[in-house]
Amino acid sequence: MATTYEAIATVTVGSGGAANMEFTSIPQTYTDLVIKASTRTNYGTQADACILQFNSNSSSYSMIRLQGSGSAASSNSNTTNIRAVTDEDNATANTFGSWEAYVPNYTLSNNKSVSLDSVMENNATAAEQNLVAGLWSNTAAITSIKLLPLNGTAFKQYSTATLYGIKNS
Amino acid sequence: MPTKLIVDCSTGVTTEVELTAEEIAQREADAQAAAQAKADEEAAAAAKQAEKEAIAARLGLSAEELSTLLS
Repeated sequence: MATTYEAIATVTVGSGGAANMEFTSIPQTYTDLVIKASTRTNYGTQADACILQFNSNSSSYSMIRLQGSGSAASSNSNTTNIRAVTDEDNATANTFGSWEAYVPNYTLSNNKSVSLDSVMENNATAAEQNLVAGLWSNTAAITSIKLLPLNGTAFKQYSTATLYGIKNS
Repeated sequence: MPTKLIVDCSTGVTTEVELTAEEIAQREADAQAAAQAKADEEAAAAAKQAEKEAIAARLGLSAEELSTLLS
């Protein structure tokens, strides 16, 4: 039976932290991509988020989001970025946000959709969960993916992300 | 100097690279834009909630009754 789900690469942040994590030279031999990540940023005020950026391009992103805060549910949208909620430095010590992004048909000449679910870990009432439908309105094949904090300036040590390739046969 | 981690998927090699001055400036600009976008989102959410509460008030509903209706 053919292998249809393969780990391509993993990156883990060391003791000094990292401003961003980037997967480059992504092979164009899969059908879809998946990123699974465990992240925490150095932001110290409230829940932070991890932005996904393709091909080092910072424009033409949008998303619609269903959000739970721990006490209420809401929905909203933006035309700025695609992002996963994650832990920041004010969350319970030594915990990390968990998230997964699915990027279908990343090599095709169509706009790129993203399905993303994310949760933060916090031993308190406020702990966000997000379900996101994202869109990058760009027809270029995705060759690199950058992960960067929304509000913080760095990912904390032990933050990690793995990029997987999915084949449909 | 802040650094970034780059993993080359063709080789599996991860390198730690110092950010350039341009990248640091871009990061600061992005952070400002993100803060503005977040403020805009929160303002839009607050306006939507205020609109709901105004409608509820016109209908003679309390905040608890509105919450029950929307849950």
